[in-house]
Order: sequence, then structure tokens, then C-alpha cells
Amino acid sequence: MTRLLIALLATTAATPALAQHGGHAQPAPAPTPATTCTPEHAAMGHCTIPAAPAPAPAPASTCTAEHAAMGHCTMSPTPAPTPAPAPPSTCTAEHAAMGHCTMEQQPATDPHAGHAMPGQEADPHAGHQMPGDQAAPPAPPVGPPPPGAFSGPEHAADTVFGAGQMDPARRELIRMHGRMATSRLRAERLEVGFGDGEESYAWEADFFYGEPLDRVWLKTEGEGAFGGELEHGEIQALWGHAISPFFDLQAGLRYDFAPDPERAHLALGIQGLAPYWIEVDAAAFLSDEGELTARIEAEHDLRITQRLILQPLVEVELSAQDIPELGIGAGLSTTEAGLRLRYEIAPEFAPYVGVEWEQAYGRTASFREAAGEDAGGVRFLAGVRIWF
Amino acid sequence: MIDRLALDRRSVLRGAATGAAGLAFSGLFPAWAQTGSPGIRPQMQTLSGTDIRLAVGYSNFRVGGRSGHAVTINGTIPAPLIRLREGQDVRIAVTNTLEEDTSIHWHGLILPFQMDGVPGVSFPGIRPGETFVYEFPVRQSGTYWFHSHSGLQEQQGHYGPMIIDPAGADPVAYDREHVIVLSDWSFLHPHQIMHKLRQEAGYFNRQRMTLAGRLSGDPEHQMSAEDRRMWAEMRMDPTDILDVNGTTYTYLINGHGPQENWTGLFRPGERVRLRIINAGAMSIFNIRIPGLPMTVVSADGQDVRPVTVDEFQISAAETYDVIVTPTEDRAYTFVAEAMDRSGMGRATLAPRLGMTAAVPPLRDRPILTMRDMGMGGMDHGAHGGGMDHSAHGGSAPAASADEPAPMSHDMRDPRNAPQVDLNPGVDMIAPAPVDRTGDPGVGLDDVGHRVLTYRDLVSLRPNTDRRQPTRTVEVHLTGNMERFMWSFDGVRLSENPEPLRFERNERVRMRLINDTMMAHPIHIHGHFWELVNGHSGNQPFKHTVNVQPGGTVDLDLTADAPGDWAFHCHLLLHMHAGMMRVVKVRPMDGGAA
Repeated sequence: MTRLLIALLATTAATPALAQHGGHAQPAPAPTPATTCTPEHAAMGHCTIPAAPAPAPAPASTCTAEHAAMGHCTMSPTPAPTPAPAPPSTCTAEHAAMGHCTMEQQPATDPHAGHAMPGQEADPHAGHQMPGDQAAPPAPPVGPPPPGAFSGPEHAADTVFGAGQMDPARRELIRMHGRMATSRLRAERLEVGFGDGEESYAWEADFFYGEPLDRVWLKTEGEGAFGGELEHGEIQALWGHAISPFFDLQAGLRYDFAPDPERAHLALGIQGLAPYWIEVDAAAFLSDEGELTARIEAEHDLRITQRLILQPLVEVELSAQDIPELGIGAGLSTTEAGLRLRYEIAPEFAPYVGVEWEQAYGRTASFREAAGEDAGGVRFLAGVRIWF
Repeated sequence: MIDRLALDRRSVLRGAATGAAGLAFSGLFPAWAQTGSPGIRPQMQTLSGTDIRLAVGYSNFRVGGRSGHAVTINGTIPAPLIRLREGQDVRIAVTNTLEEDTSIHWHGLILPFQMDGVPGVSFPGIRPGETFVYEFPVRQSGTYWFHSHSGLQEQQGHYGPMIIDPAGADPVAYDREHVIVLSDWSFLHPHQIMHKLRQEAGYFNRQRMTLAGRLSGDPEHQMSAEDRRMWAEMRMDPTDILDVNGTTYTYLINGHGPQENWTGLFRPGERVRLRIINAGAMSIFNIRIPGLPMTVVSADGQDVRPVTVDEFQISAAETYDVIVTPTEDRAYTFVAEAMDRSGMGRATLAPRLGMTAAVPPLRDRPILTMRDMGMGGMDHGAHGGGMDHSAHGGSAPAASADEPAPMSHDMRDPRNAPQVDLNPGVDMIAPAPVDRTGDPGVGLDDVGHRVLTYRDLVSLRPNTDRRQPTRTVEVHLTGNMERFMWSFDGVRLSENPEPLRFERNERVRMRLINDTMMAHPIHIHGHFWELVNGHSGNQPFKHTVNVQPGGTVDLDLTADAPGDWAFHCHLLLHMHAGMMRVVKVRPMDGGAA
């Protein structure tokens, strides 16, 4: 889009207008009669040879150390820099090409222009030492500051403005550079499902607030059938602390408000980004009835285009024991595998369609079958992912 | 010497009476930045002389048909040009009409520490309604700029150019000059930009590698399967080049968007000096003028030996002066392409207003390489002692090149950077960083024409301090891309780290080691570094040094400015995230300055 716009711009006919010509009026410089434009001169940008937009091949004077090292030209060995003041009368073409003086461009009023830089007594070849050929000694060792560096007042500005003014400013400086907290509310899934003649709904959302290494998290998820009861609904409140560049340890509470009977859990898990860009959220839960369960969720964003993203997702539920009243059996209780294709109208707003296959195993499957339900099934999904 | 005035009636009256450089400046742009500018001429309303008054305030800024909230100096983006002369004294009274603190830092100026304008380091800041008078002798010449050092105001328009004419004759001859201030404007509030990056890393990157791109054969999306696997394994995105880019930015040239097409005039045959300043908050630009070679004559305000190139990269806060000599009666397009090719600033140089030239399309977005990951010393070890960090350049034998055993390939091996606090805020330690001053910058390795590198810069003025540095100070540039955390040595300024301490007049070698895969323009206040680039004796002077991804830069420093100074990454949000330190030079008294 941007490219197209720029390209279109170029073709736009602009309105000609009378231009003001104000050249030659600057305070410092003077007019430049570019009368003799030699290739060398041109190569240095001092003038331009008509009909030769590309500069002439590098003349000897532009033989840099790097060039020489690559065999593109040869350099004569040069002595170490020896300050040798160049009188104005010796402004040769070579000299000018090095930028040490300027031929012909001098304002008539100042014949010494170009030699007026403080310390301008440069050897013209001073910069041509090969890197590391002889002159560059090894870097000195890493060391602590000398004692003098610790002398004097700790805060220089206090001597001028007083600590009374500087202390609050310093606290603000510290706070300003690295302490910014952020929040995000994200509904990763807000969806309806179709399948087995039953329409269902599901959500999964989270919120965080804090600095990058320490965050408070709220998470909620749930599902149910339209016209039926809420099958599962939970909310978690967690504290998250970074334990590695890509992972946070999260600890806190989980409360299930559906199904009946309700449960409260202690929650401990990790959330982060595994190699190959796999987002992982794995947690273990210990309920107020002493039941231990675990849930592992992994997903990956496969970018088909900049906006179209395919997201495979796998979720595994485990239990350490049978929980008949909740229909959960020991061991691997359920797996879920989903595939969602979303289109990011904006990164924050993406509708999607998808499909999900859920399967119960072992005693969990038996509990379901005993209740007249299927142990597994496929649902088709439509939903939206939103964050802000 | 230091005045701290409340904005009372008296000072307002005095300001009105002085009349020099009016407080309120009419017009959308300062005169020098208006399109169709014939160049900077003395009759134009620049701010100069010994008494200058500036007012920081809220303004509306209009670009591309939209209007947004801005923080400006004297009401314009960019601010009025301040033009001084080497050797003069200047008093600059800055009045804060905002409802928050502000400040102005004079970027690249050598001045007393309390005039440097960094709240909490050099002074307390300028509170709402107050006026602070900066007063300092002007001891240098060249192209500089100034900007806020408070909050994120710089991103909102709080910046402007400064030219200091040399006391003697200018070694650079020119017939006409234009100031070209590059910047980045967003209608998002800068805090919002930072939030987005913290909420979703890579939020602004809409140029990622995609499956469709891969299948289409688009060169932007091609990468060997092994490379792709390696990047994915490391959870790094080879297209993450600029955190904030053309997705939200309108790139400005002298406050004009691409459509507004700022135009600077010339007469064919003239030597035109372009004073190019990158005032972008988060932007690195590639500069070229198709059809017109540029002769670089100055870098960061310091004269260098002329070197002619077709393109150069300018990192945030750097300045370059170039001479162009258009001989034809035609227009030329000045292209400031964002380093990640997500957009461009565009201006025109033309003999007459209204003329335009073709605007080249954006080139293919570059893809970072293993060299950008700090593995340059592994495949290039034999070419120049990249593996060897005890010596600069090729002085060390490359014997260790085929045997990288002592160097771990691990992307986060503490042995590769013992001084770094390897906390979760550090996602990577470059296993084999190399001196990249000979590289032209991300995306410019193979553009088919001459591109400037840091090794092309040779100071016109010989280095005066020829002492060998007595110690090395290493600073690792560290971060966590996914969490949008940035730091030095793994520690953010908010963790109140030990300052960098130098003894006054100490000669130090600083080695900046970029352990991230982003370029970082590192700026030191109150001093110029000498860039160690092989031109011993004429090492170029720099106030801001772009450290390329996975690269190192060696710098010689004469710590001759007593006081406290800021040292930070000049990508505004990186600094805001903590990539900053205080530099302390002591003792304060005694000893010749």
C-alpha cells in the first residue's frame, strides 16, 4: 500500500510556481565558479563533470587503506603522522582533494580559508595507516576507575541546584527509565461452536498488569451449551514472575464456578514462549478437596500472510485421581486439538473460523458414556480474538 | 550564571521588549523548513545572537490531512533553527507552558554539565510555568540539534536544528545550504506505542516472513530451511529491524510528510550543503538522492575528509553534512528510507518550486543474518581477528579462527559476557560479536552502489590527545525483544546501577558490545568519542555511535568534562525502557580543563 502511494505521488503533477532564488546570500560561504573541473576534483564532490553523474573511478588520492588491503590500489608506506603546517600557498590539487584546503572556492576576502581549522596542521597521509598494521596497539585491559574518579561530590548537580531540588528529579529519572507498567486485556477466544446438533459457546480471556518481569494475571475460561447450563467456568488470579527470558512462573488461586459442586484450587504453573514460537501455558492445580489435576496448553501462530494466521492448538488435561462427581478419571482425562484461521483486521481484532476435536479417555470417557454423552466429538467454530 | 525565573509579568515584558527571536512564531513551519525554501539566508527568521527565547507548549500538528497533538518549541515542528557562531556566548531562556516538566538538551554541545538539560542528571528540569536560562560559551562549530530529555516529548515534536558557524573560515566550501531534519511522527501517543510493544512484541512489524511469501518465491521471504529453523528455535524474528516503523509513522522531512514534499531550491552548478539531522525518536534512515552523489564532509558536526558516496545510513541522533552539486536543470528526489523499508521520508531538490522527480519504490525489506545475531566471529573469523577480542582489527593472528572451541555457540552463555547480569531481561549474549564499523548497516550490504561505512570517516582535524588509553571499559547492549526490555549489562537505569566513573582527563577505551539483533545508536553527553576505525591520529569524532546488531565498536574517550552526564541508547523507547547510565567525571575542581 505504502509503496503504491509513494509511487503514485511521484507521478502527481505539481503546480509550477515562481521559485525564489536566494543563493549566494549565506553568511559564511562564497560563490563557486566551477571553472576547472578535473576528474579528481569531481570525485571529491567539489564539482561535477557534466554528463557524468557517476563519479570517475577512484583516483590515487582516494586509495583508502581498505581498498589497498583488497588489492584495488597500492599505497606507499607512509610515515607516522608528523605535524607539518601547510602554508596557504601549497594548496595543491591533491591537497585540496583530501579536503585539507579548497581550491578556487575560497571567498576572495579570506585567502586563508580552509586552513583556519584549529589544529589543521594535518599530515595528508595521517589517515592512511592500515588498520592494525603497526600502529594500533592492543586494547588496554579492562579495569576499575582510578581513585580520582571517586573524589568530589557524588552528585555534581547538587553543588549547583542543591540536593533539595535534585533528589526528586533523580527519583523521577530512575522511575522514568525502566519502570513502566503495562496492562492488556485479551480475549483469545470468544466463540460459538456447531456440531452434534447442539450449539455451544466458549470463552478464554486473560488480563495482566505490571512490569515485564512481574505481573498480576487474571484468567478466565468456560463453556456451555446455548439453552443449557454452564458446563465449565473458572477464574484464576495469579502472580507471575519471570524465571527465564521467555517464561514466567505463575502462582495463585483458581475458582471454578461451574460445574456444581464448585471448587477452589491452588494454582502453580509456567507460561511463556517455547522454542519454535510455541506458546505454552502449563499449570497444576490442587483443589480444596485435595484433588491434583493439571492442564497443558500449547499453540502456535502460523502466518500465512501478514494478516491471515492459522493457529493450531493442543490442550491436555490430566488428573492424579478419579473425581467421579466431576466426571474426571485418573490419568489422561481429555485432549483437545483445534485449528483456527483468523484474519487480523487489526492486530487487536481478528475474527476466525475453526474446527476442534475433543476426546475423553479412560475413566473420563466411561463417566461420560454412563451419563449418555459422547466420549469425543468435533465442533466447528466461529469467533473473534480481541485485545487492547 | 544560572537563573531560574518564574514566568511572571516581568520576564514576559522583558521578553517582549527584547524582541529578539519572538516567542510566538506564526506559520505552520519555521521559515527555514518551509517548502520551496531557497536555503538558509540571513534575512530569514532564524534564532541567533546572544539572547534567545524559546517556549515549549502544546500545539496541533497537521500532516497527511490529519491533525494530532504535539509538544513543540515555539509552536512548530521542527523548532526554529538556532544559528550561533563559535566563540560567542549564548543565553537561551526556555519557558515551559506545558502542564508537565520539560527540558532541552543541546545534542552534541560541549558545555558545562549543569547546562546539558537532562532532568535528574544535570539539572532539576523545567517545571510548568517556569523559565530556565541556559547560558554557555559556544566552543565548537557544525550541525547539531536539540530536543527534550523529559518523558517522551521528543516523539511528540519537541526537537529542532542548530547550526554553529566556525569562528574562522569554514573548511567546507558551498554556495547554498539546506537543513534537513528527519523525524518520525505518529498519531499514537508515544506511551501508547510503548504499551503496544509491551503487549505484543513485533506489534508494528507487518513485514514478517509468511508462508504465502515463501511459496510465491518473493525474495523478501526466502531463507534456507536451516536458517529458518535456527531463528525459530531461538524465538527471534529476522524481520524485526525497527521496533516502530512506517506502520504508524509518517516520516517527516522538515516537518513535511511525503505528500507535502518539502522542496529545497538550488541553481544548477551550485555546491549545495545539506545539513542532515536524524531527529527521529525510533528511526534509522538510509539516505540517497538518485542521480546525485553525495560528498560527506562532516559527521556529528565534526569535519571529516570528503568522501563521496551514493547512500549512507544515518542512525537516530546522528548528523551528517553532505555536499551535492546538481548540474542539470532538473529535480532530484531526496529519499530517507526507513531501515526496515516500511516507509520513507521524501523531499525534493529542484531549481524551481513545483518540479518533482521520480520517487523510487521501497526496496525489498532486508532479512537479518547470523552476523546480526552476533555470530559474525564464527564464519568470518579468518578475515580479521573477529574472534579475538583482545586486539582491534587484524593485528591478531587468525589462528583461533578454525578452532572456535573457547567461544561457545550458546546464544546465552555467561562466559561470553561475565559482567552482564544474566537475568530474564537479557535474551541473548552474542557468542562471537565482531567489529562492524566496516559494514554499511542493515540492508545496505548489496545495494549496487557506494555506501558509507564508519571506516570511511577520517577526521579533518587531527586528534589532539594522542595518549594510549589506560584501561578498557566494556558496556554490553542487552535486551529482551519479546518483553521489550532494554538495558546496559543487563541492568536498567531504574535498578539504580553503579554509574560509569571516569577520572578527569582519563584516556579510556570504551568497547560497546551489541548483544541484541537491533542496531542501537549510543550517545554520550558532554564529550565526543573518537571512533577507533583504523585512522589512528585522525579518528573521527562522534557524539552518537550506531552499534550494529551483533557488532562491537571501540571508542577512545578523553574524559575532560567534569560533572554528571547521561549515556544512553538514542532510540527513545529503548532509553525509556532503561537503556541508560549516568557517567560521572571527577574530580570537579582543580586540573586544567
